[in-house]
Amino acid sequence: MFFYRKDFVARTLAELTEALQRAVFTHRYARLPGLLQRVDPRVKLVTLMVFLIGAAMAHRIETLMGLYAFSLFLAIISRVPLGFFLKRVWFFIPIFAGIIAVPAIFNVITPGRPVFTVFRFPDPISLLGLVHIPAEITVTEQGLKGAAIFVIRVADSVSLAVLLVITTEWMRLLSALSAFRFPRMGILMLAMTYRYIFLFLRVAEEMFLARRSRTVGHTPAREKRRWIAGGTAFLLNRSYNLGNEVYLAMLSRGWNGRARVLEELHAGWLDALWAAFSLLILVAIVFSEKGIG
Amino acid sequence: MSEPVFELENTGYSYMDGLVALDNISLQVMPGERVVILGVNGSGKSTLIKIMDGLYFPTTGECRAFGVALTERQFRNEEFAFSFRRKVGLLFQDPDVQLFSPTVWNEVAFAPLQLGLPEREIKERVEDALETLGIQHLKERAPYQLSEGEKKKVALASLLSLDPQVWLMDEPTANLDPRTQGWVIDFLLSLADRGKTLVLAIHELEVAQIVAQRIYVLGEDHRMAAQGSPDEILGNNDLLARANLIHVHRHFHGGDVHRHPHVHKHDHHG
Ligand SMILES: Nc1ncnc2c1ncn2[C@@H]1O[C@H](COP(=O)(O)OP(=O)(O)OP(=O)(O)O)[C@@H](O)[C@H]1O
Ligand SMILES: [Mg+2]
Repeated sequence: MFFYRKDFVARTLAELTEALQRAVFTHRYARLPGLLQRVDPRVKLVTLMVFLIGAAMAHRIETLMGLYAFSLFLAIISRVPLGFFLKRVWFFIPIFAGIIAVPAIFNVITPGRPVFTVFRFPDPISLLGLVHIPAEITVTEQGLKGAAIFVIRVADSVSLAVLLVITTEWMRLLSALSAFRFPRMGILMLAMTYRYIFLFLRVAEEMFLARRSRTVGHTPAREKRRWIAGGTAFLLNRSYNLGNEVYLAMLSRGWNGRARVLEELHAGWLDALWAAFSLLILVAIVFSEKGIG
Repeated sequence: MSEPVFELENTGYSYMDGLVALDNISLQVMPGERVVILGVNGSGKSTLIKIMDGLYFPTTGECRAFGVALTERQFRNEEFAFSFRRKVGLLFQDPDVQLFSPTVWNEVAFAPLQLGLPEREIKERVEDALETLGIQHLKERAPYQLSEGEKKKVALASLLSLDPQVWLMDEPTANLDPRTQGWVIDFLLSLADRGKTLVLAIHELEVAQIVAQRIYVLGEDHRMAAQGSPDEILGNNDLLARANLIHVHRHFHGGDVHRHPHVHKHDHHG
């Protein structure tokens, strides 16, 4: 049992590293001849940001669904394989949305018209006069709707963010940020985050592997806990030091806070077209919110 | 006599936690010279190299490069920082920290891009560097998909594309198999042939023997233990034993146990 768990941790870490490397920071899709890949990164950054804000402000389920369909359409015309895209997006959603959306469907949090009853107490409960729990725990219509809106909104945002990241080479994205006078410190942090995630995961993985190779037989629980506490401190410390070294290495080769790319960024007719199209979508969002669409 | 490239005077460095990493170091590096800094693990080689690259600044004493004292304030002057970074390149001990770009090609293009060279020249330099190191086939790979030896070559290529006058190198030959190690040594010598100044931090005596024109020995007390020509230093077993660069090993010879000084042929520390 214990061996299985240890393997599980090491394996999970290895898989996480792999998944991140392959999926989030992949360059495979940034070079494909799709629509988003051809749009100037600055223009793309602004338009996708506007859609993101749209998703955050929209309240109607129809608007949000429409925006989601739009993100799928963007993925298709950018030649991002749908299976990959859906998996990438929906992998994260249960983690973030589940925690918030699931409790919200109950009348304890969202009062409203009951759809069905889950549990019945003999009496309403009142804790210290602060928390009131009704005698009947129900799933409410308003709760379900709110949760659905929340989940779709998260799906919209994640989809748009994933599209931006996988259709843009990392350095080009950074240089787009530089072009908008995004603070140098912020760009540095983004550039570092990119490497830092890998360093962190690599150190973690090595640590688990090193421990496994040294462990024979059963370890008492207390020692295990101590190892995890010490290991975590070591992990943070070591990856901090590595991160610092990476920064020095960038400085040493002339980094001065401005990310540069080979091709000068220049917006062309395609970008104008894309911007006009985006404006249209934005208008559609606004109308849909007013209930006209 | 021309001006020294580096001139350290009573340089000391302590890390944040007050730990002394370098104590009262004085040394000189002349243009076109091949200088080796020898020292065991923890003696302060990496710290010294980083001070020479203007990444750390001496807590006591001074480090001058091209006649200018390297200080934090000096590097805030973008013009100075630019010209210094263009002239001096540093190979980091851990290639993982040096390779921060998404692909090998991007990595090699990083320095010339930061220096704002024209597009055509950048492409030329990158292709040349990749070719010189024989790693064109790796150019689309991500750094994490490389072996240790390949990482070292990519790190070298990323400096070659910068083509600095001065090459600071922290353990360029550590952790490599003998063939790759030999290859790297040849590469270093070819740089020297082109008149580049080399400062190498190493702990392998055989490599020092081949590459060095002058050797500085860092002691375990983080002070300068000795300096001199390769013959003076490498012929002095007492000195090398005091700096723990050689071990007295026990060996079995035909049933008898002998003790004699023994030069490390391999990296014991990894
Ligand atoms: N970031 C740091 N924070 C605190 N102390 C450090 C740090 N880096 C190095 N040291 C300490 O400074 C001393 C010199 O370290 P340095 O890395 O310069 O040695 P080195 O000669 O390069 O060793 P090695 O051969 O192992 O690379 C050591 O005692 C080390 O523990
Ligand atoms: Mg070192």
